[in-house]
Amino acid sequence: MMRPASLSSPSNLAAALILVLLALLPLFAELLASPFLVTLFTRMLIYAIAATSLNLILGYGGMVSFGHAMYIGIGGYVVGIMASHGVHAGWLQWPLAIAISALFALVIGALCLRTRGVYFIMITLAFAQMVYFMGVGLEEYGGDDGLTIYNRSSFGSLLNLSDKRVFYYVCLVLLVGALYLVHRLVQSRFGMVLRGSRSNDRRMQAIGFPTYRYRLTGFVIAGMICGLSGALMANHNEFVSPAMMHWVQSGDLIVMVVLGGMGTATGPLFGALAFLLVEYLLSRITEYWQIIFGPLLILVVLFARGGIGSLFDMLEGRRRG
Amino acid sequence: MADPLLRIEGLVKRFGGIVATDQVSLDIAPGELHAIIGPNGAGKTTLIGQLTGEIRPDSGRIRFRGTDITRRPTHRRSLQGLARSFQITSIFLDLTVAENVALAVQAHAGHSFRFWRRVASDRTLQEPARAALRQVGLDARADARAANLSHGERRQLEIAMALATQPTMLLLDEPMAGMGPEESARMVETLRALKGRLTILLVEHDMDAVFALADRITVLVYGRAIATGDPDTIRANQEVRRAYLGDQGTEAADG
Repeated sequence: MMRPASLSSPSNLAAALILVLLALLPLFAELLASPFLVTLFTRMLIYAIAATSLNLILGYGGMVSFGHAMYIGIGGYVVGIMASHGVHAGWLQWPLAIAISALFALVIGALCLRTRGVYFIMITLAFAQMVYFMGVGLEEYGGDDGLTIYNRSSFGSLLNLSDKRVFYYVCLVLLVGALYLVHRLVQSRFGMVLRGSRSNDRRMQAIGFPTYRYRLTGFVIAGMICGLSGALMANHNEFVSPAMMHWVQSGDLIVMVVLGGMGTATGPLFGALAFLLVEYLLSRITEYWQIIFGPLLILVVLFARGGIGSLFDMLEGRRRG
Repeated sequence: MADPLLRIEGLVKRFGGIVATDQVSLDIAPGELHAIIGPNGAGKTTLIGQLTGEIRPDSGRIRFRGTDITRRPTHRRSLQGLARSFQITSIFLDLTVAENVALAVQAHAGHSFRFWRRVASDRTLQEPARAALRQVGLDARADARAANLSHGERRQLEIAMALATQPTMLLLDEPMAGMGPEESARMVETLRALKGRLTILLVEHDMDAVFALADRITVLVYGRAIATGDPDTIRANQEVRRAYLGDQGTEAADG
């Protein structure tokens, strides 16, 4: 399940096909005269970036962070707060969103990574809730009610993010970049240390790896990528609020990663798309969409251990077998 | 005898009232294959633990290549060329055989804050890894997932990982534990091929293997080294026969 599948594996072909379809989506939306599709899928792309970052530490590093949505909030608030002070330059907002996320990840990771297993899950959750209540406490930036953003990040005449299609393509390019970055990272020496430490951390230390510092580095990189997704989310919603980093959001991110296939290159893409698409379709049928979504999730976990990605590969195997 | 590679002097380790290592002194020459045998609870694993640095002796001294390593931490001993394989197999099950060994090479190749270049195409890691796999006869299985290996193959992978760090001395803690006769025979062949090329300290229950391979044997009983000598001397030693070889039948059940 952790093997980087060959480029022509069915799951990678499926991912490539999905990316091509995603690239054509704004055209479909125009043909169908339903611009809402672009908005819906922009949200999916942003969540897919966040899930990709979580996959680096959860899927490859075995670190079950139950507070990952915190960085969506941090990245979002950096953009929101700067915008409320009249700083709209994306060249400033986005790098700062990434840098502040890195700082939070460094401090929180340095403490959390001294624990293992359930304790790690609980302590990341605790820190995320702390940051959540910090957001609630930001009275001058709307507190619980959140903060409206009146101008999207500005990139001069280069990109006009207020154009929904331009913004959509920016998100798509960043998603492909994030997927490729993680794909390369996990195959490097650094990535091998992460994967080895997930598999058998004691042995890693016995053969001479000080694993803590590598795990912390992975934790920070994941925080940075997720912080960028937060900056995108703020632009997308033109609004930030503490709800962005509620622990339920962190849980959703974990579900996306598990659903798509933990520790696979393209899993987060499948996971985020499937999760949000099913959520959207079911919520049109019933307000209580979770009642149907829950059992669906259990079925995937039971019958496709490696997530949706492995489902494609299994089908291929059966055809050959 | 030439200057010993490893010298153990008056080593003592107590656990509460039990003396697990009792004034053990032992010299191991470069290139020697030295076996340690003894009934259950004789303190063999405790002795190995003190050599690797996982257990701290109460008194006594361990010298490796002339320097005192009694208080050195495990990873420093490993970097100095003292490698061990584990009694309980602890490989990376999620990774391939080649990745397991390459990771062991990587541990000794400086820091790993290298984020971009693919390990799979890094010859400074892959070539020593392949060489180690060839030495234990596992190169045909290089691309298999470690989880899919048989028990015997996993033990061989263990040894390849220890070899990949190019150690001067190898500590093998019951490499044949739990193996069938066929797998044991293959392991004996692997060790025979390594013999002479590096110094080996072998703790093993399989008497046939020990007597076939060892240059010298030390018999440990209740923490004490009651005899040291070549296989013939040990076989003829009355005290050893009484203490150990006579009740070999009760040993068979042990893993």
